[in-house]
Amino acid sequence: MAAVTRIRSRTVSLPATNIDTDQIIPARFLTATSKAGFGKHLFADWRYDPQGNPRPDFVLNRPEAAGCRILVAGRNIGCGSSREHAPWALQDFGFDAVVSTEFADIFRTNCLKNGLLPVLLDESTHEWLLAHPGVEVDIDVEHTTLTLPDGAAVGFPVEAFAKYCLVNGVDELGFLLSKDAAISRYEQNHGKVPG
Amino acid sequence: MATPPKTMFEKVWDAHVVVPETPDTPAVLFIDLHLTHEVTTPQAYTELRNRGLKLRRPDLTLATMDHSTPTRTEQVFGGAPIAVDSAAKQVRQLEINAREFGVELFDLRDARRGIVHIIGPELGITQPGKTIVCGDSHTSTHGAFGALAFGIGTTEVGHVLATQCLLQRKPKTFAINVIDDLPKGVTAKDLILAIIGRIGVSGGTGHVLEYRGRAIEKLSMDERMTICNMSIEAGARAGMIAPDATTFEYLKNTPRAPRGADWDAAVARWSRLPTDAGAFFDRSVDIDAASLVPMVTYGTHPGMVAPITGSVPASGDAVFEKALKYMGLEAGEPIGNVPVNNVFVGSCTNGRLSDLRNAANVLRGHKLAQGVKMLVVPGSQSVKRAAEAEGLDKIFTAAGAEWRESGCSMCLGMNGDLVPAGHYSISTSNRNFEGRQGVGARTLLASPQTAAASAIRGRVTDPREFS
Repeated sequence: MAAVTRIRSRTVSLPATNIDTDQIIPARFLTATSKAGFGKHLFADWRYDPQGNPRPDFVLNRPEAAGCRILVAGRNIGCGSSREHAPWALQDFGFDAVVSTEFADIFRTNCLKNGLLPVLLDESTHEWLLAHPGVEVDIDVEHTTLTLPDGAAVGFPVEAFAKYCLVNGVDELGFLLSKDAAISRYEQNHGKVPG
Repeated sequence: MATPPKTMFEKVWDAHVVVPETPDTPAVLFIDLHLTHEVTTPQAYTELRNRGLKLRRPDLTLATMDHSTPTRTEQVFGGAPIAVDSAAKQVRQLEINAREFGVELFDLRDARRGIVHIIGPELGITQPGKTIVCGDSHTSTHGAFGALAFGIGTTEVGHVLATQCLLQRKPKTFAINVIDDLPKGVTAKDLILAIIGRIGVSGGTGHVLEYRGRAIEKLSMDERMTICNMSIEAGARAGMIAPDATTFEYLKNTPRAPRGADWDAAVARWSRLPTDAGAFFDRSVDIDAASLVPMVTYGTHPGMVAPITGSVPASGDAVFEKALKYMGLEAGEPIGNVPVNNVFVGSCTNGRLSDLRNAANVLRGHKLAQGVKMLVVPGSQSVKRAAEAEGLDKIFTAAGAEWRESGCSMCLGMNGDLVPAGHYSISTSNRNFEGRQGVGARTLLASPQTAAASAIRGRVTDPREFS
């Protein structure tokens, strides 16, 4: 995983609340066996009409969305299915951070595992960002701040270990593998079929 | 000093901590059972291969295929290939991965195959006190046995394959106290829809729910699984129900339950799992079961739910307006006026034998209303055989419904079992998200009884009219 330390970008706003992972990446695209290439199907049913043509009024199809690396979404993004294809699709499309006031648990975990930064903001900052799409913000991962165009820095929570992994570009599997001796001890004490 | 009272969740959690959490690092949590399927594992096996890692505990890992598998008999057992090329490739990839890494696999024609959350309990490998994970959000189903069971992403699937452990922060606890009894004709599905309507689709975020109270204790295991299954629809990490005599009766003599002295020891151990008197829950809510009626969703998430005797709410926010536009419904419209074109009975929520019986009992001697299509998809091959032994399949086909092989099928349409755009689909599944059952499909979540009654009338119908 590549280190994620700073994200400076204009934002794109998708104010819908409860954006579920079926919207982010519909199930019919989940038969793939690699992680690559999901970006073209991101929000497929909102982005394209039934004939497969881009809907010009959908925010990600508008010219000003090009190059935006920060998605500001309504409350409770990522609810529903555990499909990690959702963060893969967001990243493949070009997003490095998702901003909301609430993240569904599994989606949040899946984002962090892939270096897609979930930025949990207070309601008033979030509301301002939703209302001002296209502004340039600066996210400092190490200090967990998001700096608004007026220079005001707003903090957001990222769990310590997840932050360590993001900033250093390491993944959690290495840490788990380093606990091999402890896992073996646990297995011995709990027999072949614990519980 | 006496140990402080603990919740069931805490007991299971504490028994599985390999390395305790610290301010800097999450806990290393041991996983007793890893259920896997074709959709959320291929990239995890690729990761293991790239790192030269082996599967740590094949004995605690089981694979099945359910999401992208066909349900037409000729495609499963005949010479007809799987219609969707990428689905066929995904199924083949699971076969390759299972062979290479030494995972027990119930393949397409295996008599034990079925939806991953149906077969774990059937086999008796879902047991009280276990930690159970799967790359599927409805893993919460297994909490019905007093297991701590939750869905994970593909990266975490890889973690469990390689280490049999996960890094986890301890979730909070949320008691759902269901007081009084469910009235006659009101099902577990109606209860969980009402609970989600009450606490909201993110009401359980960061929490493990424990369903408690007399109405819960009276439920069968099938019904408890329906309840726990939809915990994720309230945003919860997991849902749990205390194991009791009903649980033990279900598990006894399942193919892989403990036997003899091991069984007695297991029951003694499981009997200590229920939450201690006076244990602390971070949150709690009381639900009055006695006041409930059958419930049906009208919107595009499971929290947009109304009593079948009621109406679509008169007004709401922008989300509400958008949902109603998608659903083609008017604010204030009576739920009983909503037309039904398609009926789906099945899924990990309501695809067990008792669910099929409940639908068949309503449907017996009736025909589907003109223009209504109905698909009945058993949750597993074992459910299918048991249903056929009782003649349930004949009731469905006599009414005009299609009877299929097991799988996730029309719950999410990955295998091509889809609802056409604009059609109203009353479905016993778990999600009414936009496009879930097909692009433009309009899903109404309900119980098997309500689905069957609505199939007969061609509009949303209270099943109590048929009892």
